[in-house]
Amino acid sequence: MIGWPPFGLAARILCACCVLVAPLAVAQDTARRSGYQDMGRSLQAMQDDDMANPAMLWVQEGAALWTRRAGSADKSCADCHGDVGGMAGVAARYPAFAAGLGRPVDLEQRINLCRTDKQKADALADESRELLALAAYVARQSRGRPIAPPDDARLQPFIAAGDALYRRRQGQLNLSCAQCHDDNAGRKLGGATIPQAHPTGYPIYRLEWQGLGSLKRRLRNCLVGMRAEAYGYDAPEYVALELFLLSRARGMTLESPAVRP
Amino acid sequence: MGHALVNVPASVKRGDAFEIKALIAHPMETGFRPGPNGVLLPRNIIQRFTCTYNGVEVFSLTLSPAIAANPYIAFFTVATESGSLTLRWTGDKDFMAEETVPITVTA
Repeated sequence: MIGWPPFGLAARILCACCVLVAPLAVAQDTARRSGYQDMGRSLQAMQDDDMANPAMLWVQEGAALWTRRAGSADKSCADCHGDVGGMAGVAARYPAFAAGLGRPVDLEQRINLCRTDKQKADALADESRELLALAAYVARQSRGRPIAPPDDARLQPFIAAGDALYRRRQGQLNLSCAQCHDDNAGRKLGGATIPQAHPTGYPIYRLEWQGLGSLKRRLRNCLVGMRAEAYGYDAPEYVALELFLLSRARGMTLESPAVRP
Repeated sequence: MGHALVNVPASVKRGDAFEIKALIAHPMETGFRPGPNGVLLPRNIIQRFTCTYNGVEVFSLTLSPAIAANPYIAFFTVATESGSLTLRWTGDKDFMAEETVPITVTA
């Protein structure tokens, strides 16, 4: 593509200069913002109150699943991991490298690895109620903690792949993720504020979905929005993008399970 | 199915108003949306919500198809006697969910 070299040092300096001469409102956008900060007060209150946050219905189900035995090993999550309090901070460091597979896996895939390898049970379907419930229950234990992707050299090529994907134009609209979420974040797309794409609260209860969904589902949404063909749920592209986005959001506070419009 | 989250304060002073918050998992399918095959999905909503306090109805609500999935209902009532609150949701496809929570009233 013409005029879009890889996002090297020169491009970064160029962008920094653009921001410096831009009006103050745009300059403020250089600070990282969670989607939470761009929501209305009523939605923020909905997320903050565990009694009003509908994602807590999934957390409640996850708590029941945590101690339910499954598979031919007849083990529950709690039989190995013990009290769920021990999972605090786990969701903040996923996706992580799975040595057995030689590639990184995200939290949902990790749960399914546990199911197939340790519980000897069938993997839960992607975006199924049970899988989201367990992911929400585990992620809930990390709420308030900073996002802390592991400093793992084995992850570097995957983060780089995610970075490249983030900046690659695709779909009939010929858009890259970066064109909305870096170049135009904070501005409007239709009636909605374009967020900076920091995955601070997954899995999220999205009002548009009327249900809980994973980061993968959100990424598929964006792909469909730019009229690209979404990858299959098991595609490595999602994990690469998730890794890149989480390394970009390093240090931001995890809000899982969050509410988003 | 029909799992719900109900929250009431642990204890309330007699004569004081207190808030009851209730959240229930339900698809609230409107009956106006076509499914993947183009045929309308049958309506599946909660039609009625009632709350009884020691057997006396203190709050009720008729729900419509325009209400979103997983409806959240919050309302107030005045504390009279210790006892229990029974919340009941009924709807299409013989949907019925019931939650009973204790309430302690202090003098």
